[in-house]
Amino acid sequence: MPKKGKTTTGPRGSRNEFLSKGVERLSRSASYSRKGKWAVKNKKAVVKTVAAKPVITKTLKNGQTRVISKKTPRWYPAEDVKRPLPSRKANARPTRLRSSLTPGTVVILLAGRFRGKRAVFLKQLASGLLLVSGPYKVNGVPLRRVNQAYVIATSTKVDISGIKVDDKFNDDYFKKPKAEKKKKTEAEFFAEPEKKKPIDKARADDQKAFDAGLIKAVNAVPQLAEYLGARFTLKRSDFPHEIRF
Amino acid sequence: RARSFASRRIYRQSQRPLVQSRMPAATRKQPIRLYSKAIFLGYQRSRTNQNPNTALVKIDGVTSKEETDFYLGKRVAYVYRAKKERKDSKIRVIWGRVTRPHGNSGAVRAKFRTNLPPKAMGSRLRVMLYPSRV
Repeated sequence: MPKKGKTTTGPRGSRNEFLSKGVERLSRSASYSRKGKWAVKNKKAVVKTVAAKPVITKTLKNGQTRVISKKTPRWYPAEDVKRPLPSRKANARPTRLRSSLTPGTVVILLAGRFRGKRAVFLKQLASGLLLVSGPYKVNGVPLRRVNQAYVIATSTKVDISGIKVDDKFNDDYFKKPKAEKKKKTEAEFFAEPEKKKPIDKARADDQKAFDAGLIKAVNAVPQLAEYLGARFTLKRSDFPHEIRF
Repeated sequence: RARSFASRRIYRQSQRPLVQSRMPAATRKQPIRLYSKAIFLGYQRSRTNQNPNTALVKIDGVTSKEETDFYLGKRVAYVYRAKKERKDSKIRVIWGRVTRPHGNSGAVRAKFRTNLPPKAMGSRLRVMLYPSRV
């Protein structure tokens, strides 16, 4: 249906309905009058522009150009050639963000190393994962990626409108470097497993720099820092389907 | 062989599970529960035939079909202990998911990666809070 106040130009739906396959509702004269062709003053026939035939221009050795029409080749394979389905990777979009998740929402982490901890949701990254921070000083949760499915959004929000999340905190920043697969020699197999590497100083500095603003926002709300420091747990009388998070 | 009282005592103590009250204060941490407690009632069944592929689960506190909506899709774990250590642990898990409600009184059906063993009937299941839709 044409929108109010807008003149429809270009192809719109048919003004004629199909009652059944191949049987239209309006007769030729009725559709002529419906389409408004009687009101057209300029009776000149509309010229259909024919698409130009595809053409290859070849330059010959002597500098002259030769134009060859690109016809369908005479030869084609006897069996149908299988074509791969078009790749959908270009359309890939990050997972739809739940409406309960807005930047600044306090979020409960449900699994993983920081399960039960409450952290502040900052933004959704291009991969669809959520960027979250404790802040680190408050509860030990660093700037981290987390999957939406492993998170409960609470109704508590922190005002982080004044905080700018640097673009450097993207998926590549958090991605684990690809470990080379080495074939272990016998000596290495029996050797002690490597101790955990200490945290990158750059990461720690980034965390401190970012959290400075976040902690200010958290401290602005009474008791919020204690709330973020406390862990979530279900108690005997708590039934998650009854809890309003 | 002769077992002295002292050696038997030491043996018994080593068999007692390390429980919070016996842990040194430094390692005592507040336990947190991030799952709903549930019971494995039995397999899907008719009066005389049962289908072990689907498990019936009763989640604590859920008493009607409407209340089960929160739990649909949530992952369920049957946690049990074994004598032999596998992957550094004597604790083993069978994972599954809540698939649909069962009946009108809050029971729920679940399917596990491998079917639950019949000895698990009447025992504790953990219905996790993830994948979360809240």
